[in-house]
Amino acid sequence: MILATINPSGEAELRRLLASMNHEPGLLDPLNALVPFGQFDRLHFARILILDDQTLNDITVYDLPRVDYPTYLAILGDCDGPSDELLAEMVERAGDGLRRIFALCDGYTPDIDLLTWIKANNVSPAANYVNWIGRTVRQVGEEETLRQALEKFLQENSVSLRPMQPRQVRDVLKKFVATEEQSGRIILTPPEPTPLGWQLCNLLHLVGMPILLLIVSPLLLLALPFFLFQLRRCERSDPEIAPRVDPAHANLLSSLEDHGVTNQFSAMGSIKPGLFRRLTIILVLEAIDYTARHIFNRGRLARVTTIQFARWVFLDGKKRVIFASNYDGSLESYMDDFINKVSFGLNIVFSNGIGYPRTRWLLLDGAKDEQTFKDYLRRHQMPTQAWYNAYPGLTALDRRRNALIREGLEKSWMTDSEIQEWLRLF
Amino acid sequence: MSNAPIDFSDIQGLVRFGYGPLTEASFLLLNIRDAQAARSWLTTAPITTAVELDHAPMTALQVAFTREGLEALGVAEGLLVGFSAEFLSGMAGQESRSRRLGDVGANSPQFWRWGGPGRVPHLLVMIYAQPGRLDGWAQAIQGPGWNAAFELLDHLPTSNLYGAEPFGFNDGISQPSPDWKRQRTPEEDEVEYGNLLSLGEFLLGYPNEYGKYTHRPLLAADAPSSAVLSFAEDEPDKLDFGRNGAFLVFRELQQDVRGFWRFLDKQTDANTEARQNLAESMVGRRMDGTPLLPALTHPIAGLDPKFVAQNQFTYDLDVNGIRCPFGAHIRRANPRNADLPPGSNGLFARLLHKLGFGNARYRDDVVASTRFHRMLRRGREYGPKLSPGEAVADGPDSGEHGIHFICIVANILRQFEFVQNSWVMNTKFDAMTEESDPLLGKREGIAGCPLVNTFSLPQETGARTRIMDVPQFITVRGGAYFFLPSLSALRYLAIISRK
Repeated sequence: MILATINPSGEAELRRLLASMNHEPGLLDPLNALVPFGQFDRLHFARILILDDQTLNDITVYDLPRVDYPTYLAILGDCDGPSDELLAEMVERAGDGLRRIFALCDGYTPDIDLLTWIKANNVSPAANYVNWIGRTVRQVGEEETLRQALEKFLQENSVSLRPMQPRQVRDVLKKFVATEEQSGRIILTPPEPTPLGWQLCNLLHLVGMPILLLIVSPLLLLALPFFLFQLRRCERSDPEIAPRVDPAHANLLSSLEDHGVTNQFSAMGSIKPGLFRRLTIILVLEAIDYTARHIFNRGRLARVTTIQFARWVFLDGKKRVIFASNYDGSLESYMDDFINKVSFGLNIVFSNGIGYPRTRWLLLDGAKDEQTFKDYLRRHQMPTQAWYNAYPGLTALDRRRNALIREGLEKSWMTDSEIQEWLRLF
Repeated sequence: MSNAPIDFSDIQGLVRFGYGPLTEASFLLLNIRDAQAARSWLTTAPITTAVELDHAPMTALQVAFTREGLEALGVAEGLLVGFSAEFLSGMAGQESRSRRLGDVGANSPQFWRWGGPGRVPHLLVMIYAQPGRLDGWAQAIQGPGWNAAFELLDHLPTSNLYGAEPFGFNDGISQPSPDWKRQRTPEEDEVEYGNLLSLGEFLLGYPNEYGKYTHRPLLAADAPSSAVLSFAEDEPDKLDFGRNGAFLVFRELQQDVRGFWRFLDKQTDANTEARQNLAESMVGRRMDGTPLLPALTHPIAGLDPKFVAQNQFTYDLDVNGIRCPFGAHIRRANPRNADLPPGSNGLFARLLHKLGFGNARYRDDVVASTRFHRMLRRGREYGPKLSPGEAVADGPDSGEHGIHFICIVANILRQFEFVQNSWVMNTKFDAMTEESDPLLGKREGIAGCPLVNTFSLPQETGARTRIMDVPQFITVRGGAYFFLPSLSALRYLAIISRK
């Protein structure tokens, strides 16, 4: 996430610039003149937003003074391969637009090397979730083309295919794809092998973190009663701040949503004051990052199948957090999923934010107070000024289905029932 | 929470009864000409309550207001802001809402006969009567001050199709059961589909399925004229304007009966039986109402005994959508699932499923829990009967056919709008793509999804059969969000004076 402080005198111009990237609010022109995200073929999603925190007064409920943090500009992206490579590509192809944007921010002048500056201002996330680690933009596009071609073939040949056995049908489809591949109408690039270095790092992280946990576990066990005591003390006294949502704010956010099948979500808030809450959220996000990396990396974040990418980033010396996600369906269904399917997950992270609906034992209640939670969420949500989606018509489940279709074609041997299950993908 | 028994005399009858025997009905969309005269009328209007009588009444009258109507009546801004955002905005008040509801293209509010920008009625007067009595009743309810009070925006007649909707399918079979006895305590995670739901899902002022109270306007105890209102259960120092009231969603849906049957006739090469089968696959029931799924051996909590044979099923036995296609209308409108996937009965299995493990397929456990998204349906048909045979054959113009879709909910956004957006209109519902509800669904492409009008019929063996280019059969002609006040709220409305 590239973070820059906006120069107050330049904010109005910056808003105009960002608005110019869109056909209409909520609908980006992927090849806009400023930052043509559509030109970067390894970019899944991207957004540019002004971090306009409307909740800075909330901290006063703890008898602490309001802090007037500067207004930041954030540029987030989800890409294949190392982010440094994408950033270099962006500087090369969209350098002018980026320079215009950063000229309105503090700390950037035209004589500074853009790439160096961007890299210096690139903040690492505290936790990062990817729906399917390793699925590339190219793969998504190729597999959708594959599915569409196969659907068309199945439809056009439905009469002749009807009496065939599933195995025969698959053979016919395989032949069809082979012909299409030869003529170049279908391209199925073999997946690039995962770099050994990455695999090694991943393995180290996979085993290293639990080992670390094991080592410190005696300390953790010792600290547990204090933690629980302090937790309940906080939970009983922490105030809720979730007034009925401001209609103007909700309308603005709404106008940017539901133009397609996927939506963006950007929210930020201040962490509850005190070492306890800060430590808790740091540990929780570390744990979420771990599970997202090693456990929930195959299509589901616990029970939720609709999040394509999500990320948490600390700001301002870990006093504030920004959460950004790309999810399928409407906000209402997104919140419904979370409240009814993974409320414990929401509670464990977000209950460390000021004003969150009251929880018990970190996991219980909280988001289950449905209306209060929805009001809270909308309150912390910020409009996203520019939002890019490489494949606006494809949900996470679509991408998974397409990958399964391809897998079924390329498998050397399948049983009869496997083939029947494969045909059900269409 | 107090479990005080329900005062049925304070609730408008439509929440509890569908008035089946009152086969004549019409709906009047009115604007308030003079607030004082309107309030006068309210004082004496014979509104039907939810009290169960020994004999079914011969007539019934219900009244509901839009936000515009409450404003015209003189309700203070301070009270109005207590209502939900969607009620205040209105069904057609925002482009983003219309996008979500599928009110785009031919369904856009700009083309509506009523309810579109500048044409939102103030109130809805619903009159029901036994055969032959409607005209007399319509006169009777008006009273002397009627013309001074109201201006008729539109009059929506209904017709009696003997329990069927205009395509010919028996309708109104599946209804949730509100927990009138207030005995239900919803679990954190319900592992069985149940039809009995917390009263607060349908009536404001009572706990909903989350055990909480849906937002509604509350007044300070010393507010003027408020003595007629009761105190809020969850905030006993405030008076509850919404208590015993509900929201009523009204959508006039024109049905192209000829277009529907002709399309199916063409798809099945004029084979009458196949044509009916295809229609039944699209709807999700046989025309006589028989479900496509076999009955469960164990009962479902809260089923109306009258409809057990037709309603005692879930889709757990049809995981491949062969008996009832995934995209069939009733499967979309009510997926009948529990909070956790099937097989979550043991502690370990439950934990496994809660963490998202134990799913055999990518498409398992992708639909939201039904119990938070139900609605009481009180719709009525309009237009003459046109049988499938008649619809297919050439004949004189039969005029317009359709259904006045009416549902009663406590939370418009979570119940009606959610079902409409996430289930009915959604081309990605239940891990599918490129199709939305065969009856109601939108046929306009959206960004990245040019193909939206197919319908899938999964098969026992082989790939599915796919119907392409399903035309639009239903067009929205009007609609609005109304508030159906309690009798005491109506008394309050009758006595407030303009600030």
